[in-house]
Amino acid sequence: MNTDTETRSVIVEREFPCPPEKLWRALTQPHLIEEWLMKNDFKPDMGHRFHLRMEPQQSWNGVIDCEVVEIDPNRTLSYTWAAMGVGTAVTFTLTPTAAGTHLRVEQSGFGRDQAQAYAGATYGWKNFLGKLDQLLARPD
Amino acid sequence: MPAVHDNLFRTLADPTRRAIFERLCRDGEQTVGALTARAKVSQPAVSKHLGVLKEAGLVRDRHQGRQTHYSAQFSALAPLIDWTSQMAGFWQTKFDALEDLLKRMDQ
Repeated sequence: MNTDTETRSVIVEREFPCPPEKLWRALTQPHLIEEWLMKNDFKPDMGHRFHLRMEPQQSWNGVIDCEVVEIDPNRTLSYTWAAMGVGTAVTFTLTPTAAGTHLRVEQSGFGRDQAQAYAGATYGWKNFLGKLDQLLARPD
Repeated sequence: MPAVHDNLFRTLADPTRRAIFERLCRDGEQTVGALTARAKVSQPAVSKHLGVLKEAGLVRDRHQGRQTHYSAQFSALAPLIDWTSQMAGFWQTKFDALEDLLKRMDQ
């Protein structure tokens, strides 16, 4: 296994009972994005740089730097997603179905070292040790 | 659970050892003497715990003169944190919110 180039990827899929056009609005209109994802200054333009903002956390200001890298209305939206110096990309893919629209989100691009940096920065040691205690409390 | 997890859990399961590790995480590099002054056990016991932590990759030692300085290696904890399941959970939650929003958009 080549751990230097190993990347991790997360895929989450769900079918929504609405046409792709409506789902597309929820993915691309700032006031709608804010309602389900985060505060933002998104614009549906190639190369547009924007921020997603969540509540600041103990070890992080909650700001995610993004740039639109692919936009194909009602079909595909992709933007880079960088937080704490760690870069990933998020891609939304919409596919019409008989009952509505299938939405697939893939977040990828995490190298092993980056995942470590991310893990170290995101999870305070208190948090980690709390979880560890829970794990240790489980029966073998 | 993979062997690397087992070993990390076993290493950090001991409360005294975990306290030493936490102190190094919190306060940075320290000598055995400084760690012993604040631990409730003897210097040989602290040294033994540091040896176990070092073997698990959780601490690193640096020799300077007659002193040995120990520091925490945060990266050794990475295998414990499953980024993939964390992010999948994140998107599942966001999709729930998206579902709610789409319902409201109908009204």
